[in-house]
Amino acid sequence: MNTYQLQIESGDCIAVGLDIGSTTAKLIAVDGDRILYECYERHFSQVRQKALELLDRIRDLTGGKPLKIAISGSAGMGLAKAAQLPFVQEVFATAETVRTLAPDTSVVIELGGEDAKVIFFKGGLDERMNGSCAGGTGAFIDQMATLLNLTPAELDEKSLASQRIYPIASRCGVFAKSDIQPLLNQGATKEDIAASIYQAVVNQTIAGLAQGRRMEGKIMFLGGPLYYCQGLRRRFTETLKLSPENALFPAYARMAVSIGAALYASKQRESFTFDEARDALTRSVNEQPATSHLPALFRDRAEYGAFLQRHARATVPKVDPATYTGDAYLGIDCGSTTTKLTLIGENGELLYSYYNSNRGTPVDIVKEQLLHIRRLCADRIHLRGSAVTGYGEELILHAFHIDHGLVETMAHFTAARFFNPKVDFILDIGGQDMKCFRIQNNSIDSIMLNEACSSGCGSFIETFARAMGYEAAEFSELGLFAKAPVDLGSRCTVFMNSSVKQAQKDGATVEDISAGLSISVVKNAIYKVIRAASADELGEHIVVQGGTFLNNAVLRSFEMELNREVIRPEIAGLMGAFGAALYAKAHCKETTTTLDLAALESFTHESKTATCKGCGNQCHLTVNIFSGGERYIIGNKCERGAGLGKDEKLLRDVPNLHEYKRQRLISLPEGEGTRGVIGLPLALGMYELAPFWNALFRSLGYKVITSGFSSRALYAKGQYSIPSDTACYPAKLMHGHIEELIERGVDAIFYPCLTYNFDEKISDNHYNCPVVAYYSELLRANVESLRRVKFLYPYLNINDRKQLVHELFNFLPKYLAHFTHKELRHAVDAAYRAYDQWMRDIRAEGKRARKYARANGKHIMILAGRPYHVDPEIGHGIDKLATSLGFVVVSEDSFTPPLFPPRVNVLNQWTYHARLYAAAEYAGTHKDTELVQLVSFGCGIDAITTDEVHAILHRHGKLYTQIKIDEITNLGAVKIRLRSLMGALAERAGSDNFE
Amino acid sequence: MNDKTPPYPVFTEEMKRDYTILVPTMLPLHFNMLIGIFEHYGFHAELLETSGSEVVQCGLKYVHNDTCYPALLIIGQLINAVQSGKYDVHKIALMVSQTGGGCRASNYISLLRKALEKAGLGFIPVISINFSGLEKDSAFRVTLPMLHRMVYAMLYADLLMLLRNQVKPYETVPGTADRTARELTEALIPTLCRKKIRYKDIKANYRMILNTFDAIDRSHEKKIRVGIVGEIFVKFSPLGNNKLEEFLIAEQAEPVVPGFVDFCLYCVYNGIVDRQLYGFGRVRAFVSRLIDRFLVGKQKDLIACIREHGVFVAPSAFDHTRTLTRGYINLGAKMGEGWLLTAEMLELIESGVTSIVCAQPFGCLPNHIVGKGMMKRIKENHPDVNLVAVDYDPGATKINQENRIKLMLANAARQKEERAHESDPTVPLPR
Repeated sequence: MNTYQLQIESGDCIAVGLDIGSTTAKLIAVDGDRILYECYERHFSQVRQKALELLDRIRDLTGGKPLKIAISGSAGMGLAKAAQLPFVQEVFATAETVRTLAPDTSVVIELGGEDAKVIFFKGGLDERMNGSCAGGTGAFIDQMATLLNLTPAELDEKSLASQRIYPIASRCGVFAKSDIQPLLNQGATKEDIAASIYQAVVNQTIAGLAQGRRMEGKIMFLGGPLYYCQGLRRRFTETLKLSPENALFPAYARMAVSIGAALYASKQRESFTFDEARDALTRSVNEQPATSHLPALFRDRAEYGAFLQRHARATVPKVDPATYTGDAYLGIDCGSTTTKLTLIGENGELLYSYYNSNRGTPVDIVKEQLLHIRRLCADRIHLRGSAVTGYGEELILHAFHIDHGLVETMAHFTAARFFNPKVDFILDIGGQDMKCFRIQNNSIDSIMLNEACSSGCGSFIETFARAMGYEAAEFSELGLFAKAPVDLGSRCTVFMNSSVKQAQKDGATVEDISAGLSISVVKNAIYKVIRAASADELGEHIVVQGGTFLNNAVLRSFEMELNREVIRPEIAGLMGAFGAALYAKAHCKETTTTLDLAALESFTHESKTATCKGCGNQCHLTVNIFSGGERYIIGNKCERGAGLGKDEKLLRDVPNLHEYKRQRLISLPEGEGTRGVIGLPLALGMYELAPFWNALFRSLGYKVITSGFSSRALYAKGQYSIPSDTACYPAKLMHGHIEELIERGVDAIFYPCLTYNFDEKISDNHYNCPVVAYYSELLRANVESLRRVKFLYPYLNINDRKQLVHELFNFLPKYLAHFTHKELRHAVDAAYRAYDQWMRDIRAEGKRARKYARANGKHIMILAGRPYHVDPEIGHGIDKLATSLGFVVVSEDSFTPPLFPPRVNVLNQWTYHARLYAAAEYAGTHKDTELVQLVSFGCGIDAITTDEVHAILHRHGKLYTQIKIDEITNLGAVKIRLRSLMGALAERAGSDNFE
Repeated sequence: MNDKTPPYPVFTEEMKRDYTILVPTMLPLHFNMLIGIFEHYGFHAELLETSGSEVVQCGLKYVHNDTCYPALLIIGQLINAVQSGKYDVHKIALMVSQTGGGCRASNYISLLRKALEKAGLGFIPVISINFSGLEKDSAFRVTLPMLHRMVYAMLYADLLMLLRNQVKPYETVPGTADRTARELTEALIPTLCRKKIRYKDIKANYRMILNTFDAIDRSHEKKIRVGIVGEIFVKFSPLGNNKLEEFLIAEQAEPVVPGFVDFCLYCVYNGIVDRQLYGFGRVRAFVSRLIDRFLVGKQKDLIACIREHGVFVAPSAFDHTRTLTRGYINLGAKMGEGWLLTAEMLELIESGVTSIVCAQPFGCLPNHIVGKGMMKRIKENHPDVNLVAVDYDPGATKINQENRIKLMLANAARQKEERAHESDPTVPLPR
């Protein structure tokens, strides 16, 4: 079993190291140079029992010698405290092991169940653990394997046969998951996805933990995942460009912490007899838990019975298809993790239904089901129409020639109305997403989707159940009668993982954890997505649906939290498909185009990958080829790559303020300057002020270049020096812009610190946000390559020409050259002129856009955010998507005369935000104008603005749409939002032929 | 902005008579003393001491969940208290501080009002305590004599906090230091409410406080000193940092927390910097300079008293701390804790504290720059320093936070051992 040598001197004692992590327990017992026993096992959160079990296994091996024992690991801390045994912090323990066994190591990368750690040994010891928003690693890989319906070992094997790597968000597990889902639905191969998942782990480790220190020299890889996963090892070696002698994968990789604990133990004075150690652990098993608890879900079986009975009333009549004759309608809901189908008859009766996990290949499932349905129908049942909804809508629509495609929100509303025509609130928690919407005046009012950070939902419970060794249904059953559900908080699932860890530490039972998870999912929905303060805010007639609500523990938690009874249709998991079928029935034509039996029997499907060359976005495309050579392309951000070439010219003529601003910024004159080259990083506040500084430096005789737009590649260039992984993406991109400018060989880089932005006289104060204002300070301290060029970041006042001249007069000679007051006055005047012209042009273009929209009967969309949201990498082409859906996109600063904001309930003290409020007021008072707010993930200030913008729009009876964007944004979800918005607008306008 | 009547209920003169003002727990020692002064001026105030999950739950319910943790806790605590049934809701007012800077913290008051509105309690007046001229219509006005007393209250409280932290880890009878601090607070409040404040008495009280703490029986082992810096609320409030000081003491370390007066001085000093950098606010800069000179003088007198007494380690004076930022960050970085946070880390290192916890709310914008953003530089110049950034958040668990701090302590212990082996007496002496 042991293929490594280890010697621990601990007097005449046996050194025992016990490492209890978040998912596994490891124990090693060493007698001098003999390893008596070692093991590595999952503990399924039975932390204390497992510890005892492992210890018992060495009873007969000790030969009666006393033990020196130490406990380590994240779940071991509470155990050690309760048992009063020595504890050693796990990173410290790892460092001990490496110092003893491989002292020439320069960096250690250790991945555990839920932790990632990096230790730098050379050049000043430095130990890092992943931050609180950086899930991933072992549990993440397990979760992803489950998603792909593979065992971790199969995932590993597949990854070795990959051909390409897809970009998958590397920041946190939840983000990555929402990137993988669309890839799966689009038919990317599991081999490629597997390797991409590993690459995401690698990127996360490097970006999140190296934080500016380069990984060089001998690098050792430790921990379970790196011990087992060959593919992960390969990704690390390739990414870090390691030669074989510099990549160390020791045989003790998974045991490193326990070895460190044993080493630590050997240095302790205190020793125990086996029985003493055993008694200590036994004590801890019996100790009362200290985690905070919530009330039980049900008092007793009787209460549970009454609950079941009440919900059994919400049913749909079912008819045996074998006895049915007549017309039928098919609804398909191709969701992110599950595929659902329903077949209904003339009166909405259910003839057939199907609900199952996707297992990654929706096309095959739908094919199989359609075949089954076609055979079932035979000649008696006449299929009149079909409709498809969900993530896989487009793919299924094209593959099987389905009659209609409709947005999910509409499908759910249609279905809910069937159960309660008075429904005024619908909450749907599916496998991957959470949707809720209010119904007012018989149309969808506000739509809320879970933001990238709070997904999890149903599949979270499922994965968690499997990780603990249960099936999902069985696991949630357990929670129904838990006596003291654990309070796990209501934030993102990554946080829940560590809350569970805490609960495990305190000895919570599986039952309590199960109930706690259900309550968490519900709280997440109410407080994070809906953000309601009381049940009355939701509505009178609440319908809940989605597969997750089939779970009685979740349903009960929801009713308890709201303190009100809700309707859960018996077919809660099928509502999307049911709604689609009802839609097909309402919109049926004479015949359906749905593939018939013969066509289905010869149906084939194949997918290939490609990169779109339509524009700078370089979208990764998945080309699906169906039988008969029919092709359908997915993955592109706009309609261009999808082969809609004929519409392209048409789209180009539609005004788009985002595109306009981009074109103007990228074509700023560089000038003929001979004094040198000044580089402006085109990020953060520079998106507003580039024309200003460009003119200023050109006037002073410099050539001025910008770093151009952001891209993934540019981000990767600067990723190594990001110190705070929770900063917003626009800020993190700044690092890449700096590297880009240095590569282009500029003489100096200029990004001033501007506490105050332009005072547009429309707000109480005119601050920039702290990140926009002071990011240069951070760059200076963290970007090593900046030490090679002149980096100018003076504190300036741009609201006072005289003062600005004065400040530049004092500042510039220190770094560039001496200028006279006259020269500077001239330059500053040129800067103001350029800036004024720039704003005038934007406003003129805005006017043109609005005029165009009104002349062509299109809706105007104010795609509002910050000036830097027009960057193609930050905005992810959402402007183009909106244009292709038929909107005319304008920006919040493109109004003439400049808008004045309404009175808001907060301190209106940031220049950019005042514009937002003003734009919201405009949208509120103009019938043909909608506002969609872009919010960067991690923008703390937008926690304040979003509420206000929402309030302003709501006051005018308008819809509020918010889109959270980050490093990777799931355009599928954005599309649902925008389409739902269009649907709601169309409904409001009294017509429903918007599709 | 353009409208004169405020859309929210104002705290009026009449309310002064029978209203209770509820104050959130930020700095328990400091605020207790302030409340004593408020009472003296006829305001009835009460410091909240609630904590635990009800406060967090209440915050989550009424505040946008992405808002920073301090706002969530402060508002959660206040509304939780209002809803507790302990008070007549028509006879209470709430108090929050407002800095008026470019950080979200200036909006706490708006968020509180919105939360009250949401909870159907929109009629409860909220009092802003600020020095930026915001909300001038309130009957709660800090007058000059009141401010004068508040200054000494802050200096006393800083001293109490300093000594408590230097004594508690070593006390032989557990609880003595805390009890002493409480008793001294009680005893000091009346002295601040005397008709005439004599500076001689204040200084005599400093010595009395020093002697009282010195009289506590304590062991003489050497423990690892751990600095705490960070976002102002999370740094000081046990509610915000999961009782960080207590945790460190339980882990056999001595917490070192730079005082609150430095933060006040930092806010004042920004008035001077604005003038230097941007050329505006001549009057404000003039006043700021006067206050700065006055306060730094007082702080130096306090430091001199501690040094003279000779038993406890004195902190550095603000005008010295300020200069430490040179080569790290410009004094123009003034949002949130701004450059002060960096300066405090450097001040701690200079005084021999090489283990520092930088505590911040998850996703705190200024701290990306002045906290985490400066760590690389600091580590480069001081390779032996252990810095750990800990995020606080309703979802962040204590175990993750404690695990990180434990790692830092383990490293500090190892370094200490190594140094002992080298018998190198480089542990710097307190200046």
